This record gives sequence, C-alpha cells and structure tokens, in this order.
Amino acid sequence: MILPPFQQLLDEHGASLHRFCVAQAGPVHGPDCFQETLLAALRAYPELRSTTNLRGWLFTIAHHKVLDHHRAVARRPVAALVGDGIGAGRSGAPVPEASPAAATDHELWSAVAALPGKQRGAVALRFLGDLPYADIAAALGCSEAAARQNVRAGLASLRTEVTR
Amino acid sequence: MTTDLDQLATALRGTAATDPADDLAAALARAEGEGLVDVAYGHTDSPVGRLLVAVTPAGLLRVGFEGEDEGTVLTDLAVRVSPRVVESARGTEAVRRQLDEYFAGRRDHFEVELDWRLSRGFRRTVLERLYADVPYGRTVSYLGLATLVGSPNASRAVGTAMATNPIPIVVPCHRVLRSGGQLGGYGGGLPAKQLLLALEAGDRLF
Repeated sequence: MILPPFQQLLDEHGASLHRFCVAQAGPVHGPDCFQETLLAALRAYPELRSTTNLRGWLFTIAHHKVLDHHRAVARRPVAALVGDGIGAGRSGAPVPEASPAAATDHELWSAVAALPGKQRGAVALRFLGDLPYADIAAALGCSEAAARQNVRAGLASLRTEVTR
Repeated sequence: MTTDLDQLATALRGTAATDPADDLAAALARAEGEGLVDVAYGHTDSPVGRLLVAVTPAGLLRVGFEGEDEGTVLTDLAVRVSPRVVESARGTEAVRRQLDEYFAGRRDHFEVELDWRLSRGFRRTVLERLYADVPYGRTVSYLGLATLVGSPNASRAVGTAMATNPIPIVVPCHRVLRSGGQLGGYGGGLPAKQLLLALEAGDRLF
C-alpha cells in the first residue's frame, strides 16, 4: 500500500472539504473547522492503514470537527449565539451578498445549518461531500438505512423551510 | 414531491464554491509550525527549465528537473521519507531564492543544510566529497573523484553515484567530466550540463 503525497488529497478534496465546513459552521467558524480538519488529517495520515477511501476518511474527520463546533456553540451562553450562525460576519454584521445567486445559496445553507445535527451532517455529506450512503453511515456512526432516512428527512424539512 | 426534492438536491450541489486558498495557506502555516509537514516542495524557473525543490526540517532533500515526472518524484518521496508531502512556498523560499541567485551569477555556493537521506553508502560518500571539495567553476574527472574518496578503481561506481544524485545543481555533479574532458552524462540532459558549466566559467547566459 502506498500513501500518496498529502498534497494530492488537498488538490482532489480540499475545495469540497472547505465548502462542507463553511456551509455547516458558517463563514466565521467554517474556516476554523476546515483548518482543524486538515491538521487532524495530517497528524493521523502516516498511520493510515488503507487508501481505498481517502475522501470518506477526510469527510468523516470534517464531520466530527463540525460536530465539535456545534457542541461548543450549544454550551455557550445564549447571548454568544447572536451573530454566530451563517448569516453573520466577523463583527456580527450580515455578510455582504455578492450576487442574487450567492444570496440564494446563502439562504439555502442557513436553512441547512439550522437542521438537527444528524440531518445536517447527512445532507452535507451527501451533497457537498458527494459521498455514497455507506460512507455517510460510517461518518455518522449509523446504519446505511438510517443515513438515507436522515438525508430524506433533511431534504424534506429544507423543502418546507426554503419554499415557505 | 420527488421532483421538488430532486430540484433541491440539485440546488444544494450547485451552491457557489468558496475559495479555500487563504484558509488552506493558514492551515499549512499552522501545520508547519506544529511539525506536521515532513516534506515541503516548491518550484522555481531557471535557464535549465522549471525546477522542483523539496525540503525537510533537516534540509534540502531533492532537486528535480523538468524532464522528471513530478508525480513520480513526489510519490517516491512519500514512500521513502513521509507521505506528509505538501506544496509550500514558505518552506522552500530560502532554497528557491539561492537557486535564483546562482543562475543570475550572483552566488557561487549554497548556504542551505542538506538532507542526505536519499543517498546511502558509497554513493553518499562520493556525493558528500564532491559537495565539499569541488567548488564553483572547477571540474573533476570521474577517476579524479574516485581517487578523492580513496577508491581509484571505482570510477564506474562514481558514475552511478552522479547519475543517481538526488540534489543536482546544489550537489554539483555537473562538475564531473570524463577524463578526456568530454561531458559524460547528466540527469538534466547534456545541454543543461553545458549551460551550468558555461555559467560557472563566467559566460553570460542572458
């Protein structure tokens, strides 16, 4: 087994990992989750025993970093939550919206970020990670059927949320 | 309803990608600070083509010519040194700058630590002696170098050591010629060898 140069993983999966983190943890904390993901991956990489699913491995790490972030947010006093989500810039001011398309994406991802944990993770792993259900199940620590159910339920709540 | 969900799925997939460049650079700077980057590599343009340079915390590990397949070189480093190989302008800055100065005729020796781990045994002995004893602008024959390391019958093995030099240009295997003064071989191609010798002889390149 040959572990490819880590740069190859960055080239192939870096952009979608970044999108995955920013979509779920917001523009302020998403980049931190992304950085923590890369550091954790680099730490563990030399000991990795299989190269058959490097993308799934990276997204599983990213999923856990996003969960860590959401847990930390949940523990903080309520006041700290203001300006912490996706619709907030560094100072708590709304992020400037570049284009109508960006505004729509923004809305969509705010709705994703507001989903319950497992649904959020499942939807993001499915549509940002483009992972098969087996990998989503592995990342979420549930059965494949449960992973499908979470994606489905997530999409269903998004539909009511976005078209409301 | 299924159509609605399909449309939603398409919309999710199509959301604008964010640019990870700055966050990637920040993560790599942290990784380097925490000692998580074992091999940093970068590139510099030169009169002998685009060069690949790879550096470890111990020093300069590898210089690659444009003619070598980069994927093969990097995979080889991943296998032989560590898979934590990442591109880093910062980590390779000193080496790239010194190479630029060398090709501009403003530098006649390199001030970088060398990581010799890709060379072993006799080959390493020969390369280290070459690096230490054959300065800018001088040349030596394969036989002469064999004699320098105390193995005058080993000029063929010296040739092999030169052919497998992992740090060309900086470890100056271009300064090693056949006894009659003919060029001999060169990993970067004979035109590159000629160019390096001309540069060191004080010929203007540009």
